[in-house]
Amino acid sequence: MQGLADGYFVIPYTIGNYLSSEIFTKAIPTDHPAFAEAEKQAKESAEKLIGVKGKKTVDDFHKELGKIMWEYCGMARTAEGLTHARKLIQDLRKEFWSNVNIPGSLNEFNPEFDKAGRVADFIELGELMVIDALNRNESCGGHFRSEYQDAGEAKRDDEKYAYVAAWEHKAVDADPVLHKEELVYENIQLQVRSYK
Amino acid sequence: MKFNLKVWRQKNAKAQGKLVDYTIDNINADMSFLEMVDVLNDNLTRKGEDPIAFDHDCREGICGMCSMYISGRAHGPHHAATTCQLYMRSFKDGDTIYVEPFRAGAFPIIKDLVTDRSAFDRIIAKGGFVSVNTGQAQDANNLPVDKADAEKAMDAAACIGCGACVAACPNSAAMLFVSAKISQLALLPQGGPERNNRAINMVNQMDEEGFGNCTNIGACEAECPKEIKLTNIARMNREYLVASLINE
Repeated sequence: MQGLADGYFVIPYTIGNYLSSEIFTKAIPTDHPAFAEAEKQAKESAEKLIGVKGKKTVDDFHKELGKIMWEYCGMARTAEGLTHARKLIQDLRKEFWSNVNIPGSLNEFNPEFDKAGRVADFIELGELMVIDALNRNESCGGHFRSEYQDAGEAKRDDEKYAYVAAWEHKAVDADPVLHKEELVYENIQLQVRSYK
Repeated sequence: MKFNLKVWRQKNAKAQGKLVDYTIDNINADMSFLEMVDVLNDNLTRKGEDPIAFDHDCREGICGMCSMYISGRAHGPHHAATTCQLYMRSFKDGDTIYVEPFRAGAFPIIKDLVTDRSAFDRIIAKGGFVSVNTGQAQDANNLPVDKADAEKAMDAAACIGCGACVAACPNSAAMLFVSAKISQLALLPQGGPERNNRAINMVNQMDEEGFGNCTNIGACEAECPKEIKLTNIARMNREYLVASLINE
């Protein structure tokens, strides 16, 4: 298929190559204890969410989160702002789970409930973005920590931050754990570009 | 701007639906139709009422999710535009606007303005694809495509599968959609290997889903947000005829 086929997406060759050996994998059974546990948790959190019947709409929370991210976790951020933002998001999360109003029930087509599930995720992801920005004490690319600059030029710290990493989720209330993989360059030297 | 809306409300596929009156005020002329419904829903939610369920996704006219029959026309009064590309400045202050779902037997209503259009997915699954070998992509120049064919295939590929053609057709025919998908692949060398089976299987599935037949009315072409041409239907009929003669 050449060009754009909207709605029906063309997968890159690498994925086709991967899937070609997966096609014979039979449907995965759902009787594993981990599946049962995950299903139970999903049901419980869905029932909890719809049962809150509070005063604010899902959109209210979405917009408030957006405002926090916009103010404190934009391109230029500071440790002070990020610390404040984390507290705000934590408070917002608590309020969300005790004061959100989702109309309707679970046993019907309910787009507001779908949206609430996404906003619940966004709140947790927003907090993680703030934690990550706070952790990175340097300026690099789209992450400009105002404390780390040379008269407007981003000040990188390759000694401490030349790595790729992933955050491990522990619990909603607990700090995530950072797993790092150092970037080792054998043939090139890291340099800082000047925009002046 | 202020509007009087008559919106189709229906709790689920089995319930009886009806038009319900709403009035909405302080609407910015540059809001899209969907944003106007967002505001209405926000008002309803705050009043403790059930918001109106409606389909939407990309809101830039490429996904085919938004539907709505607006004052008697699929995707509203504009030519070659989806509902998300319709702005409130297209209406007059104080207008009464009727909002209904896409109606067709093969598109059962899920709730309010949301219909189940998965019949289209099942038609696509029957042949709206090409099989390719996995591994390294071959050089594009290995498969020369006539410029005129490439243009026609591209025009057919513009179909976003929204179903406006079905909703506009008095026969609820899906032939504009199916023919766009068949044409897109029949015109290109990549579509060659499965060409005959594709025409037979997709047309059969279309009939099985309960879509009607084409009687050359042309409402589909007139209402299509992507200006898919009726000539695709002629091409599909030819593809189908040739395939029925060749296939054992």
